[in-house]
Amino acid sequence: MTPALRTEGLGKAFTLHLQGGVRIPVLGDVDLAVHPGECVALWGPSGAGKSTLMRCLYGNYGAGAGRILLRHRGTDLDLASASPQQVIEARRETLGYVSQFLRVIPRVATRDIVAEPLVTRGVPRDEAQARATELLHRLNLPERLHGLPPATFSGGEQQRVNLARGFAPGYPVLLLDEPTASLDAANRAVVIGLIREAKAQGAAIIGIFHDTEVREAVADRLYDVLPHQDAA
Amino acid sequence: MTADLPQTSGRTPLLNAEGLTLRFGAIPALVDVAIDISAGEVLAIVGESGSGKTTLLRVLSGMMAPDAGTVRWLGDDLHAMGEAARRRLMRTDWGFVHQNPRDGLRLNVSAGGNVGERLMAVGARHYGRIREEAIAWLQRVEVDAARIDDLPRTFSGGMQQRLQIARTLVTRPRLVFMDEPTGGLDVSVQARLLDLIRGLSRELGLAVLIVTHDIAAARLLADRMLVMRRGEVVEHGLTDRVLDDPQHPYTQLLVSSVLAA
Repeated sequence: MTPALRTEGLGKAFTLHLQGGVRIPVLGDVDLAVHPGECVALWGPSGAGKSTLMRCLYGNYGAGAGRILLRHRGTDLDLASASPQQVIEARRETLGYVSQFLRVIPRVATRDIVAEPLVTRGVPRDEAQARATELLHRLNLPERLHGLPPATFSGGEQQRVNLARGFAPGYPVLLLDEPTASLDAANRAVVIGLIREAKAQGAAIIGIFHDTEVREAVADRLYDVLPHQDAA
Repeated sequence: MTADLPQTSGRTPLLNAEGLTLRFGAIPALVDVAIDISAGEVLAIVGESGSGKTTLLRVLSGMMAPDAGTVRWLGDDLHAMGEAARRRLMRTDWGFVHQNPRDGLRLNVSAGGNVGERLMAVGARHYGRIREEAIAWLQRVEVDAARIDDLPRTFSGGMQQRLQIARTLVTRPRLVFMDEPTGGLDVSVQARLLDLIRGLSRELGLAVLIVTHDIAAARLLADRMLVMRRGEVVEHGLTDRVLDDPQHPYTQLLVSSVLAA
């Protein structure tokens, strides 16, 4: 079977021009593959570059070396060399990302934030909002909050808004950066259920899960991310 | 579900320019600038005052001629097409939203008149239909339809800016130029305006070229970003990548100087 996402010799370094041009290598020669229906957990000590790898996979950080091949529209799209328009198209249709932080336009209602990726894909607004409402309920966000902007919500509530937004479209490839970090046990169980359902529907998932219980419940295997050898 | 969405890879841009160069005496205002924008895209041009971003907007919209380089609208050389053709573009395919709504509105004409007269300029004659369309647009930009006969000078700054957007979009332009559209507004009003602009761009497939020094606004609004300094484009690309993984020393400085909200 063709992997839904794979990297070949992926490398990433940062050059800090404001600190005298010091170069910090973070990733080197990362070869990772994830297949449809599979969940791979990134594994490694804090600071090893797990989040950097996730951001490279989403195209949020530019790859310094190698290729990132995403199955998109029936062919391989190299995110390392794709145009901004191609990355945007891939994010709209194929590649989802749930980060630890919610960054949205202020004063937009929670329900609309969750529905937005669906509307962008051409789903009618009513249908998108119904799907948003259903997911928010499932994540135990009370209805009275759905019409409010999430700015004043607690960390856990904001994370659940982020999760609803990430799971709503049913992306074929989903990146999860500590999706349960500030959730209680009941909501962790909901997230485990969402991940299992997405896998059953054929989604390929790459995640960073510090929570052992969640990791063991969803991950099919671990991928070691090691601190870069020739780090300065 | 997604099969009938337009193929974005390899499409032809609405507007593209290359090699744009312009000097004001000894000062380089534009240095070999290249840019392109396609339907449905929001492109932000960011940089400090004096970086050349407003000059670039003026050259791209044909208001100012470059010393060298070409601007093409659907493949046709803009600065070679003549004044009459450019004026027609400004009435039909293009729209302008100015920083100061008073530059884009007629203050002694009612709100409805401001929206309706743009329709009349492109040939609409049926009064009832024009008024209907004006009301629909006022509602779309969240201006109370009951205020259709009021003069814009009685409106708040945020309402005036929304009215200017309605006036601009009523003729269904394909490309809208915006110069610091949230510039003079309260932060709370800015957010609503950003959401409005983004929604309209997505819904109508509108291309928006927005000049701003507000990096946070650009992050939320723009698909792509172009960073200018001293007339040069020092970095361009996907908005979140330019801001989160800036490559050029100036972009790194710019991003690290922004107060996190």
